[in-house]
Amino acid sequence: MSVVSRQPEPDIKELPQSPPSPSGYWLLFTDYCRAVGSVLWKDFTAELRSKELLSAMLVFSLLVVLIFNFALELDKAARENVAAGVLWVTAIFAGTLGLNRSFAMEKDRGSLDGLLLAPVDRSAIYFGKLLGNLLFMLLVQAVILPVFSILFNLPMLKPLLLVVVLLGTIGYAGVGTLLASMAVHSRTRDVMLPILLFPVAVPVLVAAVRASGAILISAPWEDIGPWLNLLIVYDVIFIAVAFMAFDYVVEE
Amino acid sequence: MEKHMDKSTRTLQILNVVTAVLMVIATGLVFFYAPRERVMGEVQRIFYFHVPVAWDSMLAFFVTFIASIVYLRSRSRWWDMVGSTSVEIGLVFTVMAIVSGSIWARPAWNTWWTWDPRLTTYTIMALIYVAYLMLRQGIEDPDQRARFAAVYGIVGFISVPITFFSIRWWRTIHPVVIGNGSSSAQGGFDMTSPMRLVFFFSLFSITVLYFCFLANRLRLEKLAERVEQLKAKLLSA
Amino acid sequence: MIETRALTKTFGLKSVLRGVDLDVAPGEFVVLFGPNGAGKTTLLRILATLSKPSFGRAQVAGFPLPAEAGEVRRRLGVVSHHTLIYGDLTAEENLRFYARMYGVNHAERRIAAVLEQVGLAARRRDLARTFSRGQQQRLAIGRAVLHDPEVMLFDEPYTGLDQEASAMLDEVLREVAAKGRTVLMTTHDLLRGLAVADRALILSRGQIAFSAKRGEWETAEFLRTYDAVVRQ
Repeated sequence: MSVVSRQPEPDIKELPQSPPSPSGYWLLFTDYCRAVGSVLWKDFTAELRSKELLSAMLVFSLLVVLIFNFALELDKAARENVAAGVLWVTAIFAGTLGLNRSFAMEKDRGSLDGLLLAPVDRSAIYFGKLLGNLLFMLLVQAVILPVFSILFNLPMLKPLLLVVVLLGTIGYAGVGTLLASMAVHSRTRDVMLPILLFPVAVPVLVAAVRASGAILISAPWEDIGPWLNLLIVYDVIFIAVAFMAFDYVVEE
Repeated sequence: MEKHMDKSTRTLQILNVVTAVLMVIATGLVFFYAPRERVMGEVQRIFYFHVPVAWDSMLAFFVTFIASIVYLRSRSRWWDMVGSTSVEIGLVFTVMAIVSGSIWARPAWNTWWTWDPRLTTYTIMALIYVAYLMLRQGIEDPDQRARFAAVYGIVGFISVPITFFSIRWWRTIHPVVIGNGSSSAQGGFDMTSPMRLVFFFSLFSITVLYFCFLANRLRLEKLAERVEQLKAKLLSA
Repeated sequence: MIETRALTKTFGLKSVLRGVDLDVAPGEFVVLFGPNGAGKTTLLRILATLSKPSFGRAQVAGFPLPAEAGEVRRRLGVVSHHTLIYGDLTAEENLRFYARMYGVNHAERRIAAVLEQVGLAARRRDLARTFSRGQQQRLAIGRAVLHDPEVMLFDEPYTGLDQEASAMLDEVLREVAAKGRTVLMTTHDLLRGLAVADRALILSRGQIAFSAKRGEWETAEFLRTYDAVVRQ
């Protein structure tokens, strides 16, 4: 029994479509946001149930931090110098885990088709996935930063540092989500993403490490500002590029 | 079809000959016409090879960038071929640039390698294009391969200038080459007018060399594709 | 409702569909038979807007593909041998996700109704990965009818189901999915397919090799024809 009744289809579809009115645009926008939100909600809910990804990323990050701790014997001065670097190397490696997983699951189960069948703009899928990846990476960072503080004996919870972490992660996830959607089809899937992503993400790494380092030693604004600008520029450029390119990646 | 092949092969042959002639002349100019540089001596002659090759490697990647965009719009396999062959040639030129640069650097600055912004970015650029080729290798469906490669060709190329700026704000050494009076950076030098002539001729020749390689390589690709088509026809008959 | 003319699809140098002419009238239940590699899945993917034709025309519900893909998707329900169900979500949550993606009004009510129709109301709060294959397929059908589409595409829906589950799927297909809708189904299961079809087609080597309306064939004869066509 159908609950939704169907009206007879008018012949209007043969006519060329006129551009939507302002309220039409608003409707499209809310539809778009709802689609983005649904993808995000789906990934988040599924992850909360299984906790596979978050636990993997967390454990991996902690292990990397530990390894650095043993590999680099550091006195206080040296520790201050490398702390920012270690933080971001950890974030980058753990990040690839998350990025890979978000598409690997979809591809293996064929559920990417389910997303593509829905009458939503392809870029909404991109943004939904991006926000999901971003959320997971930030959650992991939220745990790692305090651990870092303790191990490196440095105050990590400065608000400006959190801004840098946010901007850097946005840039990294922005490009990473696009590249992961391609890498997942490759035969050497697991290693393909880092190979594609790391060279392109160098500006993020450089800017984030420089900015973080400067913040940790409480350097003046002139040392921090330009790096923040670079991060913002990078984020904007690459999210725009990814937004436009994603269509070409998923459409056959 | 046969006639068309003959005509294009003829053009290609002419191009090959012209390229060879230009290269011979360029080499002659470099060794016999260009003056001996005051500070660095004979080794400076590598510069006439090194810089054009480096610039042309970047030209090659720019060609890939444009070809990628055109491919995504037109979905014509020709542009995919242009993109991928340009990357191959670009990488060869990159290796030649790095090797020739090292050979120049050792006597001139007493080191094989430095991590200055230009070199670092250049290495990263090479890695991006190696990744491009690896991506192509890993995707089986030809249409998907072409699409993905095109997307990465675009993303990769855009990242290079940003990478360059980020690293430059961070460090500094490569010589400021063209006519800058205050070449206070180590190894810089002013170019006199005969040097300028040799340099630009060399640049021209090596650019022609690039296009020659590209054209030959493309012809090879087209022939390979023709073979595949014939194979497929035979198998399905 | 569904129309293709000279539809051709090539992957690189391999051509999978070679000029397919197809017509499905509104409300018709058409079953497409064919061996592996004939191009059934490719054809369905093109009609489902997941793939673009290399040459030729295709039209679903009056909208040309690939130009008006968005409009087509709204009116399309697809069930493939991949369930497209998320294992870590409950049956309810799966339907809720798709309801949101399709912009279904009165979602909760609709979800409850659909769960009832496919016989999974009792397991609404169970994680989808605990479902048997048959139950997953039923949930998949629920997902496909959620937005009340006019056209249904089924790609080998009986794959992996035993007799009992197949029979149950038949039920659900007939009552839920097929009622008043235009259906195009591909399957290997000749007997089952013939039992539900209004019209039977055979796709072989990328072309429609045979077409007959219900009443024009006799099962045994059809099986022989199928063998003959496929073996050519």
